[in-house]
Amino acid sequence: MSSLSRDDVAKLASLARIEMTEEELVSLASQFGSILDAVARVQELNLDGVKATSHPQPIENIFREDLVLPSLTPEQALSGAPAQEDQRFRVPQILGEAE
Amino acid sequence: MIKKTAAQMSASLTSGETTSVALTQSHLDRINEVDSKVKAFLHVDGENALAQAAKVDAERAAGKKLHPLAGVPLALKDVLAQEGVPTTAGSKILQGWKPPYDSTVVAKLKQAGVVILGKTNMDEFAMGSSTENSGYGPTFNPWDLTRTPGGSSGGSAAAVSAFEAPIAVGSDTGGSIRQPAALTGIVGVRPTYGAVSRYGLIAYSSSLDQAGPFGRTVLDTALLHEVIAGHDPKDATSINAEVPNVVSAARSADVKGKKIGVIKQLQGSGYQAGVLARFNDSLELLASLGAEIVEVDCPSFEFALAAYYLIAPSECSSNLARFDAMRYGLRTGDDNGASAETVMNATREAGFGREVKRRIILGTYALSSGYYDAYYGSAQKIRTLIIEDYKKAFTQADVLVSPTSPITAFKIGEKSEDPIAMYLADVATIPVNLAGICGMSLPAGLADEDGLPVGFQIMAPAMQDQRLYEVGGALEAALVSKWGGHLIDQVPALGGAK
Amino acid sequence: MALTYEDVISKYEPVLGLEVHVELNTESKMFCSCSTTFGAEPNTQTCPVCLALPGALPVVNATAIESTIKIGLALNCQIAPYSRFARKNYFYPDMPKNFQISQYDEPICFDGYVDVEIETEEGPKQFRIEIERVHMEEDTGKSLHVGGATGRIHGAEYSLLDYNRAGIPLVEIVTKIVPGTGKYAPEVAKAYVAELRDILRGLKVSDVKMEQGSLRCDANVSLRLIGSDVLGTRSETKNVNSLRSVERAIRGEMIRHAELLNDGKKVKQETRHFQEDTGLTRSGRSKEQAEDYRYFPEPDLVPVAPDATWIETLRAALPERPSLRRKRLKAEWSVPDKEMAAMINADVLDIVEATVLLGAEPTKARTWWLGEISRIANEKETAIADLSITPADVAEIVALVAAGELTDKLARQVVEGVIAGEGKPSEVVTKRGIKVVNDDGALMAAIEKVCAEQAETADKVRNGHVPAAGALIGAVMKETKGQADAARVRELLLGHLGQATS
Repeated sequence: MSSLSRDDVAKLASLARIEMTEEELVSLASQFGSILDAVARVQELNLDGVKATSHPQPIENIFREDLVLPSLTPEQALSGAPAQEDQRFRVPQILGEAE
Repeated sequence: MIKKTAAQMSASLTSGETTSVALTQSHLDRINEVDSKVKAFLHVDGENALAQAAKVDAERAAGKKLHPLAGVPLALKDVLAQEGVPTTAGSKILQGWKPPYDSTVVAKLKQAGVVILGKTNMDEFAMGSSTENSGYGPTFNPWDLTRTPGGSSGGSAAAVSAFEAPIAVGSDTGGSIRQPAALTGIVGVRPTYGAVSRYGLIAYSSSLDQAGPFGRTVLDTALLHEVIAGHDPKDATSINAEVPNVVSAARSADVKGKKIGVIKQLQGSGYQAGVLARFNDSLELLASLGAEIVEVDCPSFEFALAAYYLIAPSECSSNLARFDAMRYGLRTGDDNGASAETVMNATREAGFGREVKRRIILGTYALSSGYYDAYYGSAQKIRTLIIEDYKKAFTQADVLVSPTSPITAFKIGEKSEDPIAMYLADVATIPVNLAGICGMSLPAGLADEDGLPVGFQIMAPAMQDQRLYEVGGALEAALVSKWGGHLIDQVPALGGAK
Repeated sequence: MALTYEDVISKYEPVLGLEVHVELNTESKMFCSCSTTFGAEPNTQTCPVCLALPGALPVVNATAIESTIKIGLALNCQIAPYSRFARKNYFYPDMPKNFQISQYDEPICFDGYVDVEIETEEGPKQFRIEIERVHMEEDTGKSLHVGGATGRIHGAEYSLLDYNRAGIPLVEIVTKIVPGTGKYAPEVAKAYVAELRDILRGLKVSDVKMEQGSLRCDANVSLRLIGSDVLGTRSETKNVNSLRSVERAIRGEMIRHAELLNDGKKVKQETRHFQEDTGLTRSGRSKEQAEDYRYFPEPDLVPVAPDATWIETLRAALPERPSLRRKRLKAEWSVPDKEMAAMINADVLDIVEATVLLGAEPTKARTWWLGEISRIANEKETAIADLSITPADVAEIVALVAAGELTDKLARQVVEGVIAGEGKPSEVVTKRGIKVVNDDGALMAAIEKVCAEQAETADKVRNGHVPAAGALIGAVMKETKGQADAARVRELLLGHLGQATS
């Protein structure tokens, strides 16, 4: 029987940048037991030596030529922006440093 | 006019019996009349549709050589980007977003002169099997308005079965075209992975997603398939090969001497009696047409559902990270000097629905360090086993078959509180997605116990999509002659169709 | 307690690890066809792909793959017959997809090395820096922090994002840990980055401009007690944007670590930011929990499986290793150390070599490029490479001088003419009517004319006052429009006036 605690779910929600309500955390945690049991069936078989498939089609080496094509106009690029200023996307203050 | 097939509409347009403007207008009228009950559309784009129709009419009048579907109306699943037209993927987080670009599918539709009537409802980001997970409310099944049309392409399926559009585009990640086609009594095809470009298809699970056609007949579906398929350099996973000749396959509709493999694992317990009965009727019909029915064993299919519900959530947890309130879409909580991080957290909380959050959390867990091998890694290996099962089965049969859905259309709300029960709706369709092959669902009749449509699923190897149409076309012809008409003709009138 | 560098190295041994990010100089971005031109107006080089609009998909730039393989080969790496892209998942506003397409456990190049040489008290000493991996990834956008006092991230009220840089191809070159450099750690690190820069420049795969950020170095430093084999905790210093800073940052971190350790404190494993002004590092905002990047194979891209023929073609076309080439040229041309350094600094090695290969004598070729041509470039505030004079032009001029058809002075006029766009040297000579007058008869006529005009001065010379000849020589030169060989004029003049020329 697999399970995730409310705190486990809270940690995952924070990794996934979702500010969940207490009610959501508790209810998700309670559902996760049966969901994890269902998906944990992938561990029932002996999979030693089985190759992992991450892509259904056996294709390789798909490249594009290094050519410049027209970009969007800045108006198009910014058309969906919740806020903008000086042809840039305006976003709330960033707390952490970049990677 | 709206009761005609797309092929018949095409003929009427070619002969001058009608115009695209008239045809488009009659569909807009039908939408106006019934969509308040069906709720198939999120956005009806009447003005642009009529303008496109007028353009095609003018081109036809000028003697320009046109595609057979030029001037024929279509419903587009809201998962595909269309320039300047609201595109939400059924999510509140994208409410009001208008893409500055066309998806390749839309570009191909425009090129062929197909008239796009509007965007159809769907489970949010294609996550669901009932269209109840839409951020904008559910779609209702035209066969019984208390039931779901299936999902996630429920809006497209309902639009076609309610005669709001003759054809529609959907997308199929775990069965999202075939299952709603089955539940609404129409034809739906999930093409081979890589056959239809994913450029502009809002991603749910990149290695499983594939757009595909809906129609009321096998031929209509083939006509649309041919328009949207083809290699696209903008999609690195697109297959660079000729599109299989699906239209002529649909017309040839021949199964004589073909081997049809019934998958042992996709029947029996969990399958509704009426579903199995109609499935078996269809097998008998195929045998009577000269096909050879064999049984094939695909033991790893038992684990397909588990593998799917790890792979798809894992990929989606990453694909949906871009919805962060910075560049487009919803932004909430941006006040009192809130930080970007706080705004992201608040927006994603407010903008995503429950099922989406559930899958993001599940995927985040499956990929996290310490769990990757046990979950995501194992699921990828199961995927290999499923591919091998199919390979072996296709040495024994030309196509494989099963019921599309273990059950007929279920009541709205019936499964929405039980994610596992909902996930089981995809048990027969998921293996196709995991293996990247192609599959079709076509109507096999009504279940005795509830009088609701049953879908018959046909599966073929990658890039052998024409086999679906050969076998599907033959079965459809036999069923139509048995019933004395198409199954869809039995759908309730709703608004009293003309 | 404040320590000197000598204190530190008497007790501790530094262990280095260097991660260098290189922006490739492809025309278009890594995964889309947007331009990579530096300095464009904000958000003019973006598209659905690099803005991560819903539905957009990446497609790999072939040249970026080729450049990365070249880099791997130049760094003596193995090239993976099969490698994949992976998603590195973390949220940050300057990264549109909130994952970076990178490579994880299947980098395209691995297991290489670079040898660097530095001057030590015991003479030149070579160090081998082992390369762990070379992999491909993409750059992020740029944020501008607005409000607050500093314009820095801390205290800013909001930020403005420009995604022109988002998706520019980056190659990350990661060393294995580098022990055994002792007190030379800072110099070795600097020499390594310099050598990398030269190798990349030689490959022509990047602009390698540290000041523009096209080459960026992160320096990992840890200390261990001399004689111990237990590695210390490392810090990772970012924003090291010049060769000098590499040296300063490592020296500074070594001292900072040693001070903590001597005081019985722990070094925190953290990211630090180098401050150009103070030469110190400051702590990044520490995260409550270690990031879990949830790497998984990028499902929108297919594997990269370069075939052996392609790799061998690229290997065969590799340029000579910069350090070896410098040694070879120095020996072949017998250049003194100082002059060699001057050529490297002025970045004229390639152009001088090209000139020599066209037949010019090395010293002459070097003198032209480093002297007159550099002077003109300085005057015009432009790069030598941007002047319209080629190695072939210079070789031709050197040949003309050697043949006695030009004097050095005339040759300078020709150089000016070529740079002014008047054509090839021979054309400039013709157009400007430049030629050496070496017809003694014509010179004698001019001498006789001048001596007649300035009879008084001529007499002084006749009477043995040789210095007075200068004025007459000048007049003869003027008479012959500067095209005479001054030495010959002097010889003939003095002979004419009965003076010995020895």
